[in-house]
Amino acid sequence: MTSAIAVEGVGKRFRIYKDRPTTLKERAVRFRMNARDFWALRDVSLEVPEGTTLGLIGPNGSGKTTLLKIVAGILRPSEGRVVTRGRIASLLALGAGFHPELTGRENVYLNASILGLTRQETDRLFGDIVGFAELEDFIDTQVKFYSSGMYVRLGFAVAVHVDPAILLVDEVLAVGDEGFQRKCLDRVRQFQSEGRTIVFVTHAVHQVLEVCQSAVLLRQGAVQARGDPHEVVRAFRLIMLEKDLAYAWDRGSKEIEIVSAEIFRSDGSTPDHFLPGDEVVIQMDLKANAVVEDPVVSFALHDQHNQFVFGTNTDWRGVRWPRFEGKHRVQFVMQSLPLVDGRYFVTLGVHSRDSSRVYHVQEQQYSFRVAPGEDNPGPVYVSVRARSERL
Amino acid sequence: MKGSALATTSTVSVRTSEPPRLQPLSRLREIAGDREILANLVRKEVKVKYKSSVLGAAWSMLNPILYLAVFSLVFTVVLKNGVPHFPIYLLSGLLAWNLFATSLALGARSVVDNANLVTKVYFPREILPFASVGAAGVDFVLQAIVLLIFLAAFRYDFIGLNVLLLPLSLVALLAFTSALTLWVASLNVRYRDTQHLLNLALLTWFWVTPVVYPSAAAYDALGHHAGYFKYLYLANPMTAIVMGFQRALYRTVSPLHLVGGRPVAVPVLAPVSVGWLAILLGAVTAGSIGLLVLAWRTFFHLSGDFAEEL
Repeated sequence: MTSAIAVEGVGKRFRIYKDRPTTLKERAVRFRMNARDFWALRDVSLEVPEGTTLGLIGPNGSGKTTLLKIVAGILRPSEGRVVTRGRIASLLALGAGFHPELTGRENVYLNASILGLTRQETDRLFGDIVGFAELEDFIDTQVKFYSSGMYVRLGFAVAVHVDPAILLVDEVLAVGDEGFQRKCLDRVRQFQSEGRTIVFVTHAVHQVLEVCQSAVLLRQGAVQARGDPHEVVRAFRLIMLEKDLAYAWDRGSKEIEIVSAEIFRSDGSTPDHFLPGDEVVIQMDLKANAVVEDPVVSFALHDQHNQFVFGTNTDWRGVRWPRFEGKHRVQFVMQSLPLVDGRYFVTLGVHSRDSSRVYHVQEQQYSFRVAPGEDNPGPVYVSVRARSERL
Repeated sequence: MKGSALATTSTVSVRTSEPPRLQPLSRLREIAGDREILANLVRKEVKVKYKSSVLGAAWSMLNPILYLAVFSLVFTVVLKNGVPHFPIYLLSGLLAWNLFATSLALGARSVVDNANLVTKVYFPREILPFASVGAAGVDFVLQAIVLLIFLAAFRYDFIGLNVLLLPLSLVALLAFTSALTLWVASLNVRYRDTQHLLNLALLTWFWVTPVVYPSAAAYDALGHHAGYFKYLYLANPMTAIVMGFQRALYRTVSPLHLVGGRPVAVPVLAPVSVGWLAILLGAVTAGSIGLLVLAWRTFFHLSGDFAEEL
């Protein structure tokens, strides 16, 4: 299979100038410039086979957008080379190149021509584009009056109607309501079935798992992991944990807040690895910002393949708060850790009994490691006492 | 849809760290293929210019008429220089000058003002300054209509061999204007005061070019000084181009003017032959095309980094 995109040893150097003259006047009176190099990408190689979808993930500032811009031809690589096959439509951040003073209609024609459509083709597709963006009532309004959601909808609508062989999408699906996101993902799937190539930069890792055949994790401008989306997403989550960032998987109304959480052995130690059979405590300190009736606190464990392993909650374990106010410390004590060999990710949540209200959920923000059960092969650890008696 | 997606897979593009060398002809073909973008950007430029104005495109026609009113007042009433058919003299030179000045003013801002396009999508960047020249071209056509109205109103006879200077002057004007527009557009990306310096430069340039005053007067005055002043004056390509337009449309070098009932020859145009002017314009055209290739090469070289500079 030929590759639609081949990135070969690409690096991108930005020069960071200290007091760079930005006018001819300044330039004329100053000769020396302090500049320092910053490599946004270094030695990045990847291939996207024709007709496949690649997810590009990484922390902020890891070079995802820079790489996408180099593939799109907007930036020039400082080293290495990029080979692309076929017409590229890129949809980078907001707006995809609209002019605020022009109306939606005029911008559609301008944008479509830049993406390679003739006027007649645009005439023919115009109704579809506007329908897709759901902007029938605003199409003759200047886009400076558009909301950011409207901007993105129109940009996406044009990009998916121009018949590209390669579609580059940066972070745009995060905007727009759920219905529109659904529609975009449907469109992405249609593109996949038509054999087009897609590169997808996103923070919403579940979209990567849902849509992409392969994924690449960038970190500080270098490829950190590549291949199966599940593996790569897993690696990404590890990075986010290391950085100890309150990440995007933190949501809820915060009427009850998870202030802190800890995972330790019941003797109080926090070893590098837990051992199968250890008594392990998951402890959460909660703070009520309002009086909440009958909340439920829960936790869930996922393994490194993102498989759900186990979960339970205070309700099932017989702890209840008719009225929750002030601060509480909640402990889940796993009396004998039944897990072996690997990293486990902990999701913590506080919600109403019927789960209709989410007060605070921290999705897979914590993790712990379990050492291999040395003499006990198998996927679980069972606490077994062996005995023998003479018959 | 699938068929066409596969059909386009034949277009392979390779991008490396080396700025590619400009191949003017193949690049022109590429831009010709993207002429829809050019047309849309010209349309955009014109629309944005008139978007919030009541008079709309009438502004373009008003501009030469206002110049005409002011300079007629100054020259025929205050200074009494008495150029016969002054509107035709002024407008024919102004037509060329305005295309030049408007292109440069729009062109200087073309890359910077379209930062949202440059940083978001790929297309040949030259299209931006070329669109500025195109938008100025729209003004040119509107102002040419004003001039045609005056020609018709005076029943002015300008037809002769001199009209052949018009296409030659126009080619020289377009080449020279495009070259400088490409140059200021790329310079302004790095140094944002280029556009302000440009305004000063254009103001000076306007007065060393015989648009308002009779070129004969400049020619005469400089002729008294050492000869090289005259050549220096003629070295300004805009002088040759404006003189070409004037000779093509105003035609008469020294028209007769009735002073106290007696016809007196008034020297208006520089006393040179049409052939001499054609050679001069030919030289300007050749030089401008050379300059255009150079400016284009510079622009092409720098344009790879525009997205970073904005």
